[in-house]
Amino acid sequence: MVTTKKNADAIGTNGYRLIGTRPIRPDGTDKVTGRAAYAADTQMEGLLFARLLRSPHGHAKIKSIDASQALALDGVEAVLTAADFPGIEMSGNDRNGRPADNQWLQDNILASDKVLYHGHAVAAVAAKDPHIAEDALTLINVDYEVLTPVTDVREAMLDDAPILHPGMRTNVQASDVETDTERETNIAMHMRLERGDIKSGFDSADVVIEREFETSWYHQGYIEPHSATAFWNRDGKLTIWNSSQGPFVVRDATAKLLDIPIADITLIPQEIGGGFGGKIPMYLEPISALLSRKTGKPVRITMTREAVFQATGPTSATYNRIKIGAMRDGTIVAADAYLAYAAGAYPGSPVGAGVQCAFGPYYIENQRIDGYDVVTNGPKSAAYRAPGAPASEFAVEATINELSESLGIDSVELRLKNAIKEGNPNAAGVPMPRIGAEEVMEAVKNHPHYTSELQGDDVGRGVGFGFWHNAGLESGSTATINSDGSVSLIVGSVDIGGTRASLAMQLAETMGLSYEDIKPRVADTDSVPFTHVTGGSRTTFAGGWVAYELGIELREKMRERAANIWEVDLDEVEYSDDATITSKPDNEGNEREFTFVGLASKMASTGGQISATVSLNKTSQGAAYGGHIVDVHVDRDTGKVEILRYTAVQDVGTAIHPSYVEGQIQGGVAQGAGMALTEEYFYDDEGLLKNASFLDYRMPTTLDLPMIETEIVEVPNPGHPFGVRGVGEVPIVPPMPTIQQAVYDAIGIRLYDMPMSPRVVLEELLNEG
Amino acid sequence: MARFVLKTNINGEEREFLADERDSLLDALRERAGLMGAKEGCNNGNCGACAVVLDGRLVNSCCVMAAEVDNSEITTIEGLAEPDSLHPLQETFLENAALQCGICTPGFLMSAKALLDSNPNPTEHEIRWWLAGNLCRCTGYDKIIRAVQDAAERINS
Repeated sequence: MVTTKKNADAIGTNGYRLIGTRPIRPDGTDKVTGRAAYAADTQMEGLLFARLLRSPHGHAKIKSIDASQALALDGVEAVLTAADFPGIEMSGNDRNGRPADNQWLQDNILASDKVLYHGHAVAAVAAKDPHIAEDALTLINVDYEVLTPVTDVREAMLDDAPILHPGMRTNVQASDVETDTERETNIAMHMRLERGDIKSGFDSADVVIEREFETSWYHQGYIEPHSATAFWNRDGKLTIWNSSQGPFVVRDATAKLLDIPIADITLIPQEIGGGFGGKIPMYLEPISALLSRKTGKPVRITMTREAVFQATGPTSATYNRIKIGAMRDGTIVAADAYLAYAAGAYPGSPVGAGVQCAFGPYYIENQRIDGYDVVTNGPKSAAYRAPGAPASEFAVEATINELSESLGIDSVELRLKNAIKEGNPNAAGVPMPRIGAEEVMEAVKNHPHYTSELQGDDVGRGVGFGFWHNAGLESGSTATINSDGSVSLIVGSVDIGGTRASLAMQLAETMGLSYEDIKPRVADTDSVPFTHVTGGSRTTFAGGWVAYELGIELREKMRERAANIWEVDLDEVEYSDDATITSKPDNEGNEREFTFVGLASKMASTGGQISATVSLNKTSQGAAYGGHIVDVHVDRDTGKVEILRYTAVQDVGTAIHPSYVEGQIQGGVAQGAGMALTEEYFYDDEGLLKNASFLDYRMPTTLDLPMIETEIVEVPNPGHPFGVRGVGEVPIVPPMPTIQQAVYDAIGIRLYDMPMSPRVVLEELLNEG
Repeated sequence: MARFVLKTNINGEEREFLADERDSLLDALRERAGLMGAKEGCNNGNCGACAVVLDGRLVNSCCVMAAEVDNSEITTIEGLAEPDSLHPLQETFLENAALQCGICTPGFLMSAKALLDSNPNPTEHEIRWWLAGNLCRCTGYDKIIRAVQDAAERINS
């Protein structure tokens, strides 16, 4: 592996030229002047505006839809229902060979026979003006047969629960499991991971603690509602402008549902106003496309905020039971977990990752983890920042905090004693490469926040840890050297938080160029190889690998070009770290040296422009660990928990752009604090969502948070040329147990159900009397 | 559907265009006048992404009817920078990496400008109080608060 000016053994001092500096992001000026184009900003001649009619019921059969009155309204150009889909073969595999049920995908976009949640889309109207489209919705008559809904995960698992999908049986992904696979059920999947012998493990334990936990539905809460504009031309070519974390994934899924070739679709991703996993699923693009085909005009759909809450996003509500056994010296000898995740309307909760991550920061010899994917009447759950991990790890961390109290061992020492190390197997039995779990725990132990004295009444401190495995997946890019020595870098990853900068920095570092020499651009799906979603904390990792390989290839091509010009052997040409290209003097003793710009200016006359395209699918992403410390104050009169001080420590491998690394950590903490304290979904008995607004779904504001201190630990990932690990997801994992422990420390009450809203805390305080 | 001619001064320029009587100011700015800088995050005044200054007062443009702003003066994010330079707030937002996705940024910048225009030397708590009507989901607010502090210092120096 070739790297430039790298000190592979350095931890904390990286020895790079550019990596670790804080340049201004290339798209910054557009974004502070209002010029950056987001999906809802798409304007073009003849644009129609579409609105969706959504179910007023939590669970119902659709008996009929009559849109004749809507179609008769002046200005309405088309109405769409599920009957307008082409009707493709509904089974098959996705790109990675996994089963993909296209019927469920299509039914979630526009319901066919049943609505499965409040806000489920049933019809769409395209009109000349948005107000006309809204009026037309009131003229569509849908005849429903209302059914009993089930919104709670444990109720949905009962034998007599209302069934969402008649005929569904449990898919069992484990051996030796006693699960009834004959019964019609809402339990879509049961999986189990097991190692060692938990019975003998618990038998040998001195202390065993078993607890039950619940977490609410949590929405990703991106500020930009979903939006997609499509134009289907008469030649069959479809162009889409949208807001998506995965332009290529949406393109391929659109092609599948509309039964057209992938190459007939050009998806032009617009700037994306937040996603956190919630803009991976596809909701609007096929509707815009089909409305465009019906009308011959471009059609834009932008969701309302209410629809965003009702019909997109949230991560699973969960019920989790954890049992941990330990010896007096703190060695954890056995652990058992039961995880039930509400998938919402269609299978696919993140319970698999919940299972993988539950005991992630620790090495435990005897362990068993059961996970259940359960359909319920609610929006189909979507990925949300470390999907599945916050709920299961909250339950485990909170149990470990209680264990520490029972054993009389400091909770950080207890964690250090059981921390997972290089070579230990993870939950799936694969040995861990070099990781930073212990380094993070040591950094927490020695942090001035942790060692400071806590003062005042009703104040408390908590500590918690978190693990996330990160993702690799496909990325592709093209880089072209221009005649003035600048380099155009086109990437397939949409830039959701500074990745243009972090990818340009890695290419510049590899090539010995300046950051300003690299001109990054996010391209459409025709212009760059398949690139998977901006998600999984993968973009700076996987895109960085691609940038590095591009840099190496361009260096080689510049050497080859110089060798041809000088008529010398390739191995006599050197490309040095300041991007000069040299060889030994010629026979007359003249120096052979090109500056990068000098050689670039000669490209046209010596064989043409130099460019490279690289496409990779790396799996060496490296796991990430974070440790958090919080001080809180609990107001005994209102039940409000105030965060006084928050510190987040995290191993990031190598921080490419430390400001954006800090920003990711701080943003993850803020979302985790919302999970812990204020955010939740309220469904009534009819399955209706009662708080589908930013006023009532209470995300943290400027007044709810202090400055968030970060400490970046750098244990380079051996699976990346610059040591990058993913950063964005793990910081959302520790806040729930960390804050839960602090509340206990403040008022002596342990709360097992999240969030710990003022109402809940006050009730507990009043009950305590 | 009834259209009317809306006459306003937007970012120092007299504008005259057709709007719908049901348009909010945000609708009119975006869909009728072509100014896409103010963003719609919630359309009911909870997120602040559509903040503009109307006759010297900070408003959520989604909560003002277009018909109310005839003959008003409106400043939007598109009017914040000078022709050849950024406003100090725009500079300090970039230097502090105070934006990730950027969708809330126009609203934060307009709100912060209104704050610094009325209180050039705010405390951290005053900044947090003033910006509590603007939601950001990416940053945890830390770097936004620091950017406003830096801008205040730059303007006052």
